[in-house]
Amino acid sequence: MSATTSLTHTAEADAVSRASFGFWLYLMTDCVLFAALFATYAVLHQNYAGGPNGKALFDLPYVFAETVLLLLSSTTIGLAMIALQRQVATRLVQWLLVTALLGCGFIGMELHEFAHLVAEGHGPQRSGFLSAFFTLVGTHGLHVTVGLIWMINMLVQVRLRGISLPVQSRLIRLSLFWHFLDLIWIGVFTVVYLMGVSA
Amino acid sequence: MEELIFGKLSFHDIPYDNPIIMATLGGSSMLLLCIGILITYHGKWSYLWREWFTSVDHKRVGVMYIVLAMVMLLRGFADALLMRTQQALAEGGAQGYLPPDHYNQIFSAHGTIMIIFVAMPFFIGLMNIIVPLQIGARDVAYPFLNSVSFWLTASSGALVMLSLGLGNFSHAGWSGYPPLSEKHYSPGPGVDYWIWGLQLGGVGTLMTGINFFVTILRLRAPGMTMMKLPIFSWAILVTNVLIMLSFPVLTVTLALLAMDRYLGMHFFTNHMGGNLMMFTNLFWIWGHPEVYIVILPAFGMFSEISATFSRKPLFGYTSMVYASVAISTLSFVVWLHHFFTMGAGANVNAFFGIATMVIAVPTGVKVFNWLFTFYRGRIEFTTPVLWTLGFIITFCIGGMTGVLLSVPAADFQLHNSEFLIAHFHNMLIPGAMFGYFAGYTYWFPKVFGFKLNEKWGRLAFWLWIVGFYLAFMPLYALGFMGMSRRLVHYDNTHWQPYLVIALAGTILIMGGIVCQIVQLAVSMRHRDALRDTTGDPWDGRTLEWSVPSPPPAYNFAHIPQVTHRDEFTALKKSGRVAAVLPYLPIHMPCNSILGPIIGGLTFTLGFALVWYIWWLATVSLVAIIGAVIARSWNQHTEYEIPALEVAAMERALRHPPVTSAATAPPSPLAFEH
Repeated sequence: MSATTSLTHTAEADAVSRASFGFWLYLMTDCVLFAALFATYAVLHQNYAGGPNGKALFDLPYVFAETVLLLLSSTTIGLAMIALQRQVATRLVQWLLVTALLGCGFIGMELHEFAHLVAEGHGPQRSGFLSAFFTLVGTHGLHVTVGLIWMINMLVQVRLRGISLPVQSRLIRLSLFWHFLDLIWIGVFTVVYLMGVSA
Repeated sequence: MEELIFGKLSFHDIPYDNPIIMATLGGSSMLLLCIGILITYHGKWSYLWREWFTSVDHKRVGVMYIVLAMVMLLRGFADALLMRTQQALAEGGAQGYLPPDHYNQIFSAHGTIMIIFVAMPFFIGLMNIIVPLQIGARDVAYPFLNSVSFWLTASSGALVMLSLGLGNFSHAGWSGYPPLSEKHYSPGPGVDYWIWGLQLGGVGTLMTGINFFVTILRLRAPGMTMMKLPIFSWAILVTNVLIMLSFPVLTVTLALLAMDRYLGMHFFTNHMGGNLMMFTNLFWIWGHPEVYIVILPAFGMFSEISATFSRKPLFGYTSMVYASVAISTLSFVVWLHHFFTMGAGANVNAFFGIATMVIAVPTGVKVFNWLFTFYRGRIEFTTPVLWTLGFIITFCIGGMTGVLLSVPAADFQLHNSEFLIAHFHNMLIPGAMFGYFAGYTYWFPKVFGFKLNEKWGRLAFWLWIVGFYLAFMPLYALGFMGMSRRLVHYDNTHWQPYLVIALAGTILIMGGIVCQIVQLAVSMRHRDALRDTTGDPWDGRTLEWSVPSPPPAYNFAHIPQVTHRDEFTALKKSGRVAAVLPYLPIHMPCNSILGPIIGGLTFTLGFALVWYIWWLATVSLVAIIGAVIARSWNQHTEYEIPALEVAAMERALRHPPVTSAATAPPSPLAFEH
């Protein structure tokens, strides 16, 4: 009996490790996707078509606040993972909630920025530069939104199912995803905003 | 209000006025109706649903992929026949029978269908069936994801087929270059069908790429080190790396074009800061690796077949592996050779020209390896071997014309001419299709338990290859004579004889396809005479031949311990007696209705996007997300086959028992070491 339990146990551990490996690969394909978007932005970043450039449009302190929210959320999901390792469900839920709130704050600020730009007549239809800007930043935002939906689903699962092995596996992948988006944002912040303002 | 509910869709979108389309539609709906009635009459719907559509078994999924590929091959070939007939007729005063707008849709559909819905599903089907069996695994790494991938591909294929009867298809070529594919020049639904057909299927392919990469790296039987991996699985591994690296770029390219068309953005427009050459670059950054994605698996199949039927190990296994890796790496630095005429300058063109020529080196290594594998072998001239030999000769000719085209100065003359059409058909028909046909014949008995009829197979081969030469060699000459591609009509009377010969070749190829259909029917009728009772009809070398044909759902009752590159040959030679190992219960993934459901929702999503039916698009998208979340709540994704049942199944499949010494029926795979 004990032999079969240990066998299924390793099989389950195998499945978790396999899922994480596959998810890493997915993240790498996502990296290629963002690479293509960054390249597009690089090609179009000076095609203003008589419209405004980054210097005229970007509000650096605002975007910096956005960045701080997202970077903080990376820290808090890290704390959630520590709680997961220690198997403390209440602490895990708390940190996930904080992460989700920070993520919502980030998305809210981004939507506000977009709405502001569109209202001023600087929407994505204005120029090749703005098309590339909205698409690159928006694709990142879309990823964060998917991450938030995922996080809410996981909050409910932890509440109802506890820290089971599949739940654990999903949380590990969610945290990978979240850190990955943080990394992409650092690229966006540097290439789009910092370089855009200094240009 | 009407626009709110139906978007841009109306009854005028059915092409009543085009007799060719209406006849095709009528014919194919009658055919579908007949198939539906037959299935209903025999009461097979629930069987199909339970055993096939919802199945996550890699062998079943693989068969469904190949069925999809074959159906789409008929469609893509019908397009080819229409075009060849038109060009044979439409000279001087004669206008042929196809209106220009319809003709443009046909060549766009032909390319899209042949690459995305014939070549891709054909090799993905074969790799689904064979890779887990070759590496000694019970299934792929993510069986459910595999089913979803298939249904995404199938539903995007259905979307492309739907464009025939509802609206129209893109007229902008299979590569959909802007500005022609922009809203301003193509306002109808055609380009949107093309975008979503490629986009949704592409997502499925990307997931397949991840799935099989993990499968090969993580699920190999113990002892199977990377350099003991069967060569077909190596080819597939490299192919899946290419898929993972290139398909995201296609996703981006199509998404940006969609942004231009749907939201009025300016990525590829002529004005407001768009850059249309960026589309061309992005498209071929995906498109060139895509060529190798469809060819490398065929290389793997030829390697397996040449070794098996020469009764020798593959010559130069290691160099074969390195050549595949070299080809895959180089495939990312040649994209610009598709548009030397962009005007990137002499140095840039020289770089891409030389990189293109360099690819001929590892490819040449492979050709020599196949030749040396046959050299002094005891060759059996079966149908798969005929396809292989036909491939080697024909592919070399195509490779040489490719080297000609890789010279930028020559390319300026030959760009967009019939020479180019001849060249890439000369690579893809032998390089991909011949390989898949060889693989299909070779592995057919493994899947269905009986061989295909040899006589009809040979006839199909000869018709295909003779037809190929007749159909495409004249196009090389026409290219030199200045004929450009995609012409619906021409005035030069000297071209017509060549085009008539090309039509004759296409008719021969049609004969080949008819023979393949007859072959399947004849083989099914005489399946008892063609039965494979051993599981090893060809004296195979790798593990897929060590299990019964067709294999049980779990493939291997005992996971084999691998010691050799040609493991099954080594086992057969050593003649070691099987030890009696007790059967253990086996965990297998459960069927899931979510695969077909997500596929169906993806279809409605694509349909809604094509016709601007926003409520339906929203509902479909939310439902897809809901289905994914529902999956994450499902705790019963696996079932257990009890040990007794495994034993009974193995007894039934492996008659007569392999050893006499054992009291219990042993598994021949469980050899003592």
